[in-house]
Amino acid sequence: MRKVARRIAEDLGFDCVEAEDGQKAYETCKLAMPDAVLLDWNMPVMSGLEFLEKLRQLKNGSHPKVIFCTTENDTKHLQRALDAGADEYIMKPFDNEIIESKFVIVGLIEESA
Amino acid sequence: MRITDFDIYQHLLKEKSGLVLVQDQSYLLDSRLMPIAKKWGFSSLDAMTAVLHGVPDKDLVYDVVEAMTTKDTSFFRDTWPFHMFRDEILTMLKKVRGSQKKIKIWCAAAATGQEPYSLGLMFKERGADFAGWKLDILSTDISVEALEQSKIGIYSQFEVQRGLPVRLLLKHFKQVDDINWQISSDLRKMVRHQTFNLLDNMSALGKFDMIVCRNVLGEFDAPLRKKTLEKLGNQLEKDGFLFLGNGEKPENDAFRPLHEKRGVWVLQDSPHRSASDVPQALAKGAV
Repeated sequence: MRKVARRIAEDLGFDCVEAEDGQKAYETCKLAMPDAVLLDWNMPVMSGLEFLEKLRQLKNGSHPKVIFCTTENDTKHLQRALDAGADEYIMKPFDNEIIESKFVIVGLIEESA
Repeated sequence: MRITDFDIYQHLLKEKSGLVLVQDQSYLLDSRLMPIAKKWGFSSLDAMTAVLHGVPDKDLVYDVVEAMTTKDTSFFRDTWPFHMFRDEILTMLKKVRGSQKKIKIWCAAAATGQEPYSLGLMFKERGADFAGWKLDILSTDISVEALEQSKIGIYSQFEVQRGLPVRLLLKHFKQVDDINWQISSDLRKMVRHQTFNLLDNMSALGKFDMIVCRNVLGEFDAPLRKKTLEKLGNQLEKDGFLFLGNGEKPENDAFRPLHEKRGVWVLQDSPHRSASDVPQALAKGAV
């Protein structure tokens, strides 16, 4: 899933850094705040939701557009993600059209004509 | 598909729906027509094609045309027209329809309904601005099947993720099972459904404050495009708005652009002025 998301994001013109769990993602963001984070829910060490809550408390932590990209597809998870400060939510399975349209929605890219 | 076989489908589609098929779309035909051949019990596509060369059952012809015309659509397709509707068009309509408090929209060739519902969602976003107002959307399509889906308002997880912000999904849809979501009855009540072929007489549909006919006319040939635009113009109120697809132009003196890039047009004598008209007028005054 990380590979697929990475390929799609790179096709849209983004440089990508990968982190295998929430803690590593948090450390990565502290060093260099990215423009966007694609985030899984279930990760070892620190979950996606915990990561998001901690990220938003960081200085400049409101800058990245955070998009969940996960198998959890019920309204409770969607609502919790939004409450924690997620900008968008992608339920698996997804295709590049869905990722692209979510990137447009959060303003990371312009609609392709 | 053989050229001669392609010809018969091309002819059928042109005659029944006005759409012009080009040869490089023949791959589409195979994938769309196979399910129809199966449904009608033909052993192969060739067997069905042979029957179509003769005097076919009109229900078979309908199924074939429906399969070939089904439009690919998504929520908020191209984004901008819908934002423009929410931020500008609704504001203009509010000024001129204050006495009726009713806005009538026609979505032509709206297929499975993402377009009319996107307009409904934008209307809802204006909230208290339009308290007591009624948005009445007529959604038409040639396909009975597509309109049925639209009427029920159930969309797959794939469909609700294409173009639809998750915030609006949570607010206006209910999850019906693991992979399907249904739009709220509030939104469903805004949209009326009717099968309609754009080749037919439109006058019985009445007049509209806004007509949305996106990504259809481009598939007609020039004479039919012209004729259809004339007919659409007759169904539009004098101060109404016509939404066309990206890059589609009316090629018709009856319309002038309100915002060409976003595909929004008005009748020549409409009182509405585009933002770009204003600086031009000022420039003229300065000279």
